[in-house]
Amino acid sequence: MTIGNFGHLSVITSFITALVATFAYYKAAVAKDNALEAQSWKHFARVAYYVHAAAILSVVITLFSIIYNHRFDYHYAWDNSSLSLPIQYLVSCFWQDQEGSFLLWMLWQALLGLLLIRLNRFSDAKSGNGGISWEAPVMTVYVLVQVFLTSMILGVVIPGLDFKIGSTPFLTLREAMPDAPFLQMNPDFVPKDGTGLNPLLQNYWMVIHPPTLFMGFALASVPFAYLMAGLWQKRLTEWLRPALPWALVAGVVLGTGILMGGYWAYETLSFNSYWSWDPVENAVYVPWLVLIAAFHTMLIAKKNATALKASIILVIAQFVLLLYSTFLARSGILGNASVHSFTDLGLSGQLLIYLFTFIGVSVLVSARVWKLLPVDKDEVSAYSREFWLFMGATVLCLASFQVLLPTSIPVWNKIVEGFGGVSNLAPPTDAASYYSKFQLWFFAAVAILTGVGQYFWWKRVQKGKMQDLVTPAWIALFISAIIITFAKVNKPEYMVLLTASVFALVANTTIILGILRGSYRLSGGAVTHIGVALMLIGILFSSGYQKTISLNNSGLAISNDEAFKKDDNKENKENVLLWLSQPTRMGEYMLTYRGPRIEIRDVPQYVPRPWVELIEGDFHAVCLQDIETGGKVYHKKGDTVAVYPENVFYEVEYREPNGRIVTLYPRVQINKTMGTVVSPDIKKEANKDLFSFVSMVPNNPDEEEWSKTEQHRVAVQDTFFINDYVAILENVARTNEVENVKLADNDIAIKANIRIFDREREYTISPTFAINQDRMVLRKPEVNDALGLRIQFFEIDPKTGQFTFTTNSKQRDFIVLKVVEKPLINLLWIGTLVLIVGFMMAVIRRFRDFTNQRDKGVA
Amino acid sequence: MKITHIIALIVIAIAVGIIVSTAGDASTYVTFNEAEVMAKDGDAKSIHVVGKLKKDPAGQIVGMAYNPVIDANRFEFLLIDNNNREQKVVYSNPKPQDFDKSEQVVVIGQMQGGYFQCEKILMKCPSKYENGKFDVQEASTKKGV
Repeated sequence: MTIGNFGHLSVITSFITALVATFAYYKAAVAKDNALEAQSWKHFARVAYYVHAAAILSVVITLFSIIYNHRFDYHYAWDNSSLSLPIQYLVSCFWQDQEGSFLLWMLWQALLGLLLIRLNRFSDAKSGNGGISWEAPVMTVYVLVQVFLTSMILGVVIPGLDFKIGSTPFLTLREAMPDAPFLQMNPDFVPKDGTGLNPLLQNYWMVIHPPTLFMGFALASVPFAYLMAGLWQKRLTEWLRPALPWALVAGVVLGTGILMGGYWAYETLSFNSYWSWDPVENAVYVPWLVLIAAFHTMLIAKKNATALKASIILVIAQFVLLLYSTFLARSGILGNASVHSFTDLGLSGQLLIYLFTFIGVSVLVSARVWKLLPVDKDEVSAYSREFWLFMGATVLCLASFQVLLPTSIPVWNKIVEGFGGVSNLAPPTDAASYYSKFQLWFFAAVAILTGVGQYFWWKRVQKGKMQDLVTPAWIALFISAIIITFAKVNKPEYMVLLTASVFALVANTTIILGILRGSYRLSGGAVTHIGVALMLIGILFSSGYQKTISLNNSGLAISNDEAFKKDDNKENKENVLLWLSQPTRMGEYMLTYRGPRIEIRDVPQYVPRPWVELIEGDFHAVCLQDIETGGKVYHKKGDTVAVYPENVFYEVEYREPNGRIVTLYPRVQINKTMGTVVSPDIKKEANKDLFSFVSMVPNNPDEEEWSKTEQHRVAVQDTFFINDYVAILENVARTNEVENVKLADNDIAIKANIRIFDREREYTISPTFAINQDRMVLRKPEVNDALGLRIQFFEIDPKTGQFTFTTNSKQRDFIVLKVVEKPLINLLWIGTLVLIVGFMMAVIRRFRDFTNQRDKGVA
Repeated sequence: MKITHIIALIVIAIAVGIIVSTAGDASTYVTFNEAEVMAKDGDAKSIHVVGKLKKDPAGQIVGMAYNPVIDANRFEFLLIDNNNREQKVVYSNPKPQDFDKSEQVVVIGQMQGGYFQCEKILMKCPSKYENGKFDVQEASTKKGV
């Protein structure tokens, strides 16, 4: 059996065992009148589930070993990896394609399932009755999710129907691409190397972002499973306690995953932003907000019937919206609306069935018990904690609704087309300003509500006793006024958001210090809210007040075209052109481009690109000189070294006003099969980031063309012009050394020193002329990249004392750089960390709550 | 009237507002002819036009101009829309990476006099090996302030 067959067999096993486990858990759940029967079904279900988890593990290991062992006879390895990738990126190859990322989701789902069984097992033992515990009903729903997931990579064609279920990652090249010309010539052909991992994904964040995100996906199905189980078994409020810690964990993990993706985009793409409101980003942002709203209402759902109903709807909604986001991202429906390019595997139908099954099941299960849900007797008071939590959840839902609608425009177009109509709606063109203008107000409201809500939660404020809230409000107004004045916040909406965020900071901090007295058990919520407030302030300044500082100040008239003149020429002059070695002023910095650099894998610093010569079609290069950096020689001339051939780093020196020099290496990645990717290098300072990237890729040095040869006949101290530069032949002298040439005793070598004047500095170019006994002549040319000149010592005329030089010129080496300043961006990252810490504190508290109750036999 | 009812009404009002504004702010896919009509009517809204680059019989792209030495922020090219209308497009930014390889281009912007001023370019490049498999790439004007 081949390894591919083994993998495929594991997939099929995992699918069947998931089906079996679902069925057996279902039987165990419905057989509650007969404890013995329930018990035996449950044991059977567990065994099936363990086999399932083992099968998933086996699928993952098999696929990874195909990638790791460079089995390029398999399509997945050939398509997603290559020999040159180091181990950490071989891991990311695993989830580059759809099948692998589904698999990642399934892996988490399988592992969490084991944990779920384990957590509920003890309570089963205690209650002594298998039927009423959570395990059977929860796992029925939970494993049903897994059934659908495994079906996505099943890759089974139903005979006779020509209908394919799922897409397997275990296809050989021949099975995957029967029509490829190179396979038709030789069906047994195995490529020597794969086509590689998308260079965009060769980043450590891409090693950890997808696993975190999909762990969030898997976690989000747990509260859903508890809810379904609770409604199904008419335990209408009991599901809340065990589901709450899961909802919190899902919230923090999903949120962290989303933000990691944002940080990756910030560091890797030249979009110059951590969030670009791309449809695929929005598609997970929406369920995340709903999930946050859901656990807020879950906090009060035990005592408040409206909140219970809201929790039911929201827990269903966050799960269904996650499925919807999966559909958006993977069905190809977003087409040219998104930069995320998952290819369509023809799974759209299957994804839709998945989506509608769970919508149908949830609606049926909830409708059945809706009438049984309790009803509130009293009108909720505006002075109750319930009221304010509810308001917060409502605003979060409105915020997610606002993002959901425009993101769904491509779906709307498809639906209209499906009914025979024509819809040519396109998503809003300037996504960032479009979404921000709404989200800003929603989050200003959220910030205020976090503060007010915390006060009501801890019963600090009662009717007619509002003064406790007045003090933080005044403090917040005072601090905001100072910030607005000194940071020159000039837009009304920014002032509102800033004041709201500062209020959230002040109010939540007072809560921690004043009421909770730093109690670490109870402060989770307040800490999380402080994180949110910090993030909002960070986002406000880094995005609202980002500033392009690479303005073109050369003073050269760029164009008289109307489009260039409008807006005071600013719009079109946001990139600066840097000539090699020529310092250019930019804001308070002096920028100097020092030339292209390359990364040798075992050398800590980047080295100049001309030091090595790349070996075509390989990831090795030959050293053209000794590789010496930082006083240490790493390689000798002629050595072969491993490099990252697709990456070129452009060394740019930033000289600060105080004389400090910082060197940045913005990157350009040229990968022949996948295109060109520009990545920034970020100069991080405490109060801001300088985000710099090469906005135009210079010519490939190998493809540069030299101009036609010119001849100059000059005498010593003559002044002449080489390609518009003023040049002086300073002197001509005999020399005993010619670089890279061994001179014999009777050889004669002569070196000319030519001074050349550029606008700001002077260079000397020294070509040599050598002649040996046999009157063989050597004319060693000298190249100056900064000037783009090549000079050759051509002839000596002893009669006239004149010397002849031949010169060629080329385009001088340059880069076009764009630099954007992002003030206070660190507040965003600090806020994120605070948020995560706060979340974890809340998780610990709620989880203890659950285990305490469970051990008492209540839950 | 109960306070919950008032809040419910406000929420519904906001939701309706969101729906209306989404419909209003949504852009549209049009042809250059329609774009021209819109511009003449004074409609300054940005719209999407889908087209292909103009190529000569040898497959070389025609009418593309980018000279970073003179101006790194002006890129011009000719786009042929689905009605076969040829149109000069101006992009006030450096030329996007891999522009030459794109099969299909979506430009987002509006007509201005004799040319289409575009703010954002979406490119569909033929991806790796499978026919019909596309990677979408985006280039856009990110405003500095």
